[in-house]
Amino acid sequence: MNRFFAFVRKEFYHIQRDRRTVLILFGMPLVMVILFGFALTNEIKNAQIAVLDFDHGQHSQRIIDRLLSSGYFRLRQSLTSYRDIEATFRQGHVKLVVVFPPNFTNDYAHDGLAQVQLLADASEQNTAISLTNYATSIIQSYNNEQNPPNAASPLQISVEPRMVFNPDLKGAFVFVPGVMAMVLLLVSALMTSVTIAREKETGTMEVLLVSPLSQLQILFGKVLPYLLLSFLNGCIIIALGIFLLGIPLNGSLLLLLAETLLFIFLSLSLGLLISTIAETQLVAMFASLLLMLMPTIFLSGFIFPIESMPRALQFISQIIPARYFIDIVKGIMIKGVGLGYLWKETLVLVSMSALLMGISLHNLKPRLE
Amino acid sequence: MDAIVIDNVSKAYGSTKAVQTVSLSVKPGELFGLIGPDGAGKTTLFKILVTLLRPDEGRATVVGRDVVKDFRALRSLVGYMPGRFSLYPDLTVEENLSFFATVFGTSIQANYDLIREIYVQLEPFKDRRAGALSGGMKQKLALCCALIHKPEVLFLDEPTTGVDAVSRKEFWEMLQRLKERQLTMLVSTPYMDEANRCDRIALMQTGQILAIDTPSGVEHLFRKPLYAVKAAETFRLIQDLRKAPFTQTCYAFGEYLHLTTEEGTTPADIDRYLRERRHEHVTIKPIQAGIEDSFMALMQHG
Repeated sequence: MNRFFAFVRKEFYHIQRDRRTVLILFGMPLVMVILFGFALTNEIKNAQIAVLDFDHGQHSQRIIDRLLSSGYFRLRQSLTSYRDIEATFRQGHVKLVVVFPPNFTNDYAHDGLAQVQLLADASEQNTAISLTNYATSIIQSYNNEQNPPNAASPLQISVEPRMVFNPDLKGAFVFVPGVMAMVLLLVSALMTSVTIAREKETGTMEVLLVSPLSQLQILFGKVLPYLLLSFLNGCIIIALGIFLLGIPLNGSLLLLLAETLLFIFLSLSLGLLISTIAETQLVAMFASLLLMLMPTIFLSGFIFPIESMPRALQFISQIIPARYFIDIVKGIMIKGVGLGYLWKETLVLVSMSALLMGISLHNLKPRLE
Repeated sequence: MDAIVIDNVSKAYGSTKAVQTVSLSVKPGELFGLIGPDGAGKTTLFKILVTLLRPDEGRATVVGRDVVKDFRALRSLVGYMPGRFSLYPDLTVEENLSFFATVFGTSIQANYDLIREIYVQLEPFKDRRAGALSGGMKQKLALCCALIHKPEVLFLDEPTTGVDAVSRKEFWEMLQRLKERQLTMLVSTPYMDEANRCDRIALMQTGQILAIDTPSGVEHLFRKPLYAVKAAETFRLIQDLRKAPFTQTCYAFGEYLHLTTEEGTTPADIDRYLRERRHEHVTIKPIQAGIEDSFMALMQHG
């Protein structure tokens, strides 16, 4: 046991003395959370819009005021004819045009039925969808205020009640669980596999193998420091998410931490598997990036919704561990559900860990061959 | 009982036969040298003996333990210093040493007397990172780390490759002192001049052992007349001598050429042959063969 701890202490020396490692370990989560949480969101603020108001009535004016005071939209110009719309879009500044037909106020007040047209620049489809959703819900809420509680409802704009758990389409809610999955995978799997490959490259692995240390002690000596650091990292990301980005923690913190540990263990198993195959740091790095980072970013639902992927990719996404972890984190933090709802995802992660760890241990050889 | 016994060991990597039916044995307390050029199979043989590789055929024992079956027990009995510098460059001298001591279940203090003579030279640098040491110092540290658990047999794979001449000499003096403590050592080297410092040597080439004997015994394996020849134009000299009817082999050895001839050729015959070809400042002297001459001759005859 003494020799095992000597080994772990040596690992901490390595980590502490390699500035790049320290930077990756503690700089990366911070940068990623801030980058994804603030800069790269789908969230829209101050989008420039144009208004084409044929009505100039009381209701159209109030709806325009509502839109502009929401914080999402800023008026760039007021148009006077339909022909202006295309030209405005071509200039590229205006993303959405709101059109009030003639007699809008009159129709609304007397017939209880009026129409608003929303035209969005669909060359950026995600933005377009978000903008129309925002505008629709603002108009709808204005409409609800105008109606007495049990009157027949007038305005003719169909609104789909999307994003039940994220009504404002806050980007951070989607990105933070993804960033967490990514950082934990990177730190746990990439770093473990790279440091084992480094021992092989420098030839120290030969000396370690010829020592009385067992192969298992060597590997777990490598894993333990990264397990602790990854867990610390996970906690930092959760704290940043809650206190900096304002994500709620509706479920149990204990369950969240336990699931995080499970995912870290899974990532470490992956790292061990890569290290049993990779002979050099470069191979370990590329294997980690190709096998983990890319699929995690693109196939886990982190950036692109799984529902809108082609069938084949949807199928592949089922073996991406991060996908399940992201669902779990969202479930606990945002929906506030417990293990009763998340047992399937948890089971998938447990079985994946068991499988990967089993293969890694099977691949371990007490010799060089 | 012999400290190391190798019995018909073979090892191949794919179609490359790295070691071919090698047999040899090393007595307890012996300093045994494995001499041969790069690619002779020395490192592969070392890795088999320190349990890192399994032989394809044959068997080997070190201090009575089979290198395949008893590999766990064997690992704490041998000290191994690989050919490449294999310590942690980001750990200090002292941290490296104490790490290896702890891993082998001992401490620097417990076996300090064994490494003292070597370690005193390192002590002024004990807080320096191992990666920042000079080549000679690195080798000394690696030797300390290989010795720290008091192994019964020490395996040193090309310990002096890439080390300056003074450090090489010092290193061999350290090995001589370890030998006084009855430590069995197997050392490999590509340098023929280091062979004389061993009790016995094995000459190795392309995976096979050419000869096993004491250094002087290996020199005496060489029975043909041998001359050292020198002239003003070395390149033309070597070309002319290789064409000469009496020449068997002719190799460059520093400033002289080493020439072996047919029986009955006299220095006067060689001198006459060279004068006919207008060589100037010709020196010809009969010499005693060295290990390198024997090695060249053995290589020729396979």
